[in-house]
Amino acid sequence: MSQPLRSQLSAHLARIGAGERGFEAELTMAVPSRIAVIEEAVEIVARHLEAHFVDRHTIRFNLRVALSEALSNAIIYGNAEDPAKRVRVRVRFGRFTVEMEVADDGVGFSPDRVPDPTLPENLTRDDGRGLFLIRHLVDEVRFNERGNSICMILRRA
Amino acid sequence: MTFNARKDANGVLVIEVDGQLIVGNRQELKQKVLDALEAGERKFLVDFTKTGYIDSSGLGVLVSLSKKIRDEGGDLRLAGLNEDLRTLFELTKLDTLFAISDSAQDALSAF
Repeated sequence: MSQPLRSQLSAHLARIGAGERGFEAELTMAVPSRIAVIEEAVEIVARHLEAHFVDRHTIRFNLRVALSEALSNAIIYGNAEDPAKRVRVRVRFGRFTVEMEVADDGVGFSPDRVPDPTLPENLTRDDGRGLFLIRHLVDEVRFNERGNSICMILRRA
Repeated sequence: MTFNARKDANGVLVIEVDGQLIVGNRQELKQKVLDALEAGERKFLVDFTKTGYIDSSGLGVLVSLSKKIRDEGGDLRLAGLNEDLRTLFELTKLDTLFAISDSAQDALSAF
């Protein structure tokens, strides 16, 4: 079962078989590499999960901020705001677990080399807090080897 | 999402963030404050009472504005952060950089 949600963002929701880590549905989107669509893309995901996930607050805040950061990184740094490129979003979710994958076409980066934004010498910088926030707002963060795809997991009992 | 600005009786420019402060609209807030700074305003209060969430770009623009306002001898204060938003400032240690009040009223009386 698959149905279009927003034509502009090419979002699709599909039921997936119960079993694997309790996921029940999968939402996929091909997001244009434009900063202006980030908020709408985040809202589409959050709206679908709010009614389904056990903890509404986690969706309202942690998920929104973390997904917004991942999309920003993918659109700005990964795809360099190239309108011909899309950011691929795949969100698998059940009542207790959400797994969000955000992938771009960039060359990737080394997450371990991102400086700590809370060090005194970095505190007054305008940027460099995105990945730091993601790490604090979700329960698990993984990258693929190339560093152009991030996977963020939220779990609640 | 909008930024509503009003001037209070003591000359503080109060800007309400209605919605999100994120990468998609941070430039709008920045320009609004820089224009006001250019026009001679020196006291600024950003009120987050009606704000949903802030991302790292939103935090970054506040850091940048705070530096520019201070360079001009002005004062930037923040107010109305709910528990989640306050957590963002605490995690990033930006709570040590900004003057944060519970309510807009508290912030106004601190200028």
